Amino acid sequence: MPIKLAGESLNACSGCEISILDMGGKLLTLLEFVSIVHLPLLMDSKHCDGKNNSQTVKLPKADVGLISGSIKTKEHLELARAMRDSCDLIIAFGTCATHGGIPALANSFHNDDMLGHCFNTVGTDKADSFPSDIVPEMMDACYALDEHIRVDVCLPGCPPHPDHIFRALQSIEKKESFLLPEKSVCDNCPASRDGKGRVNELKRALELPQWRVFDDTKEVFKCFLEQGFLCMGPVTRDGCGGDTEQARCIMAQVPCRGCYGPVKKEGNQRLAMLNALASNDIDISSLPETLSMLRFSGGHGLLRPLPRIKESE
Amino acid sequence: MGKVINIQPITRIEGHASIHIQLDDQGNVQETKVAFKSLRGFEKFVEGKPAEELPRIVSRICGICPWMHHIASNKAVDACFKVTPPPAGNLLRELMLTVAHIEDKLLHFFFLAGADFFLGPEYDYSVRNIMGLVKANPELAQKVIKMRHKAKMVLDRFSKKTIHPVAGVPGGFIKPLSIEDRKIFLDNLTELLDFALFALEYAKKEVFPKFGEFYPGLGEITTGFIGMVDNKGAMNLYDGNIRLMKPDGSCKEFRPDEYLDHLAEKVIPFSYGKFPYAKSWGEGFSMDLNAPKGIYRSNTLARINVADRIATPRAQAELEEFRDQHGRPAQSTLLYHYARLIEEVYTCERAIEILKDPRIISPKIRTKVEPCAGRGVGCVEAPRGTLIHDYSTDENGLITRVNLIVGTTHNLAPINLSVDRAARDLIKNGVYDDVILNKIEMAVRAYDP
Ligand code: SF4
Ligand code: SF4
Ligand code: SF4
Ligand SMILES: [Fe+2]
Repeated sequence: MPIKLAGESLNACSGCEISILDMGGKLLTLLEFVSIVHLPLLMDSKHCDGKNNSQTVKLPKADVGLISGSIKTKEHLELARAMRDSCDLIIAFGTCATHGGIPALANSFHNDDMLGHCFNTVGTDKADSFPSDIVPEMMDACYALDEHIRVDVCLPGCPPHPDHIFRALQSIEKKESFLLPEKSVCDNCPASRDGKGRVNELKRALELPQWRVFDDTKEVFKCFLEQGFLCMGPVTRDGCGGDTEQARCIMAQVPCRGCYGPVKKEGNQRLAMLNALASNDIDISSLPETLSMLRFSGGHGLLRPLPRIKESE
Repeated sequence: MGKVINIQPITRIEGHASIHIQLDDQGNVQETKVAFKSLRGFEKFVEGKPAEELPRIVSRICGICPWMHHIASNKAVDACFKVTPPPAGNLLRELMLTVAHIEDKLLHFFFLAGADFFLGPEYDYSVRNIMGLVKANPELAQKVIKMRHKAKMVLDRFSKKTIHPVAGVPGGFIKPLSIEDRKIFLDNLTELLDFALFALEYAKKEVFPKFGEFYPGLGEITTGFIGMVDNKGAMNLYDGNIRLMKPDGSCKEFRPDEYLDHLAEKVIPFSYGKFPYAKSWGEGFSMDLNAPKGIYRSNTLARINVADRIATPRAQAELEEFRDQHGRPAQSTLLYHYARLIEEVYTCERAIEILKDPRIISPKIRTKVEPCAGRGVGCVEAPRGTLIHDYSTDENGLITRVNLIVGTTHNLAPINLSVDRAARDLIKNGVYDDVILNKIEMAVRAYDP
């Protein structure tokens, strides 16, 4: 019996779902042991029986539920709960679901500031009010999935590598355990590091790091961080290269920005990185800002708006 | 008040949207609304970030067309910092953009919309999808999966990260193309071009004839169109002027950085996506089905309509055949699919042309950039339409203001009109069923939002 799979995407970009399709030929193998019962991007299964004016979310029963995206509206919350009810096992699918992802950058702002800005950009006609008819109500922040529902498995990545998606589903079908690497991107990086802290400042990504450097007599790939470029490799979970390749951005010759989230699930990428830099005597003020170090993991209350200064009476 | 029909969510589209149809007491359509439910706030939360980081952040607007956002963003940052990439830098960006188009059109036509045509709207919903297609026509499905993977492979081998790419950088591109990769890519693209021609021939025989037979006038509306053209009026996806065509076929052309003189956006009570309209027509904005105002469409049919010609031979021949049959501008909504497959031929031909350009293997791929205060508009054609990234920076090159018009949003008002049209035509006296509701969704799917 193939396992039944349901998928929902919340505050998400569809990239996680496209990563499933990027399995190529393996997709056909996957479809032999997985039967998809719900996945709005690819098939016509609805949230509710709208023909009869029902607004109650009712999803088909499934063995596994893949949920991509964070929770930002009441509708996302309702869908996440409905998935929890209808699936035996919930996988937080992608870094938006596990840690908030890029959309959680919005957590640095109050909702009304964000709405006020987005509905008043140059070129937008003045409006009396924000949209409120049939659109779902916004929550006060953008939440990772486990802040609202129980999550059984985390599959981070923006997006997760197809190899991991395949293996996760295969191990569920075979009732085997499945472990993702618990190392950092650095642990598996081909760069050569000499550990001599010659760098005191970080350069912005306005120039490219060198890919081949002559060190003594041989040509090597010298660690981006040791070349003076911010690389989030030390504080980011490894795995983006899948089963056979090394970290994707590194192999594309650019520094890591941290899209697989922290090495340990509860980690704080920004704190860890600032610590690492400080202990190597690198001047943090050489960077224009450091909140971007949480660009993939601003959920769980890590990014918050500045408190408002109350007007004095 | 009569019943409300909710189609929630609209399926086999990339975004998050739903349809609400209000019926009157007699069961006829009184009002329809297509709500777009995503608002993540990119225009706000990138403020204060170093501009050179934006191409790696804003790609997350869409995981289906991340390359287009990535490249439009790079172009906007180039303009803020007043740099021009060297020829190879531009060609490599265009190559990636073009191949991403090739892959996207296969995804849309075969994986998302195709099931309606290959299987039919009366097929049970549980099998009316790519999985059902795999069972019903394994040979075709396998071929499509293989071809899409070939396109992905080109992106992957060269740029490593294909969803949310990193290979474009302000000033140009990350690394030069090797002679070895160039050869492999040429082989891949030659195969993809063969497949594109096959797909178009196949669709002309098996799919397009069904349009008139089974879905006469589905979601048909009369609007203007938008798309980019080069300085000779030929279709261009990477660079050029924006051409805005009125419903009567007359055109105005402007530089991307002049877009605010021509386009404006409306806040709509039932949608988090704003609705752009043609401000420079001076007629305002109205979604009245009988007298729409300021409404134009984007995406494949729009580009095919605004372009005087296509600069590659096979696609140009197809365009001529298309125009002989459907005129210019062609208005029928389902023709988006036809136009999509003509573009598939163009993008394959264009990618081959770029790869054959001797400048593409030049090691000079990037111009040095220095942060500065400025404003830059980066514009490319995304699969779903003219994509505009408009940034301003301060003297440190940090973002102070961003305005985005995303390809799909040009079509939000037209989608509402097409759904209204389809619903009024198909739902009569309270009689409707799953097949009818799926047909109404097909009017959305054509736009591929
Ligand atoms: S994790 Fe990345 S790919 Fe997945 S939905 Fe979020 S932004 Fe998109
Ligand atoms: S800091 Fe970056 S370049 Fe250096 S070893 Fe770690 S991942 Fe590799
Ligand atoms: S190198 Fe870092 S940013 Fe790039 S894909 Fe891997 S984890 Fe993500
Ligand atoms: Fe998109």
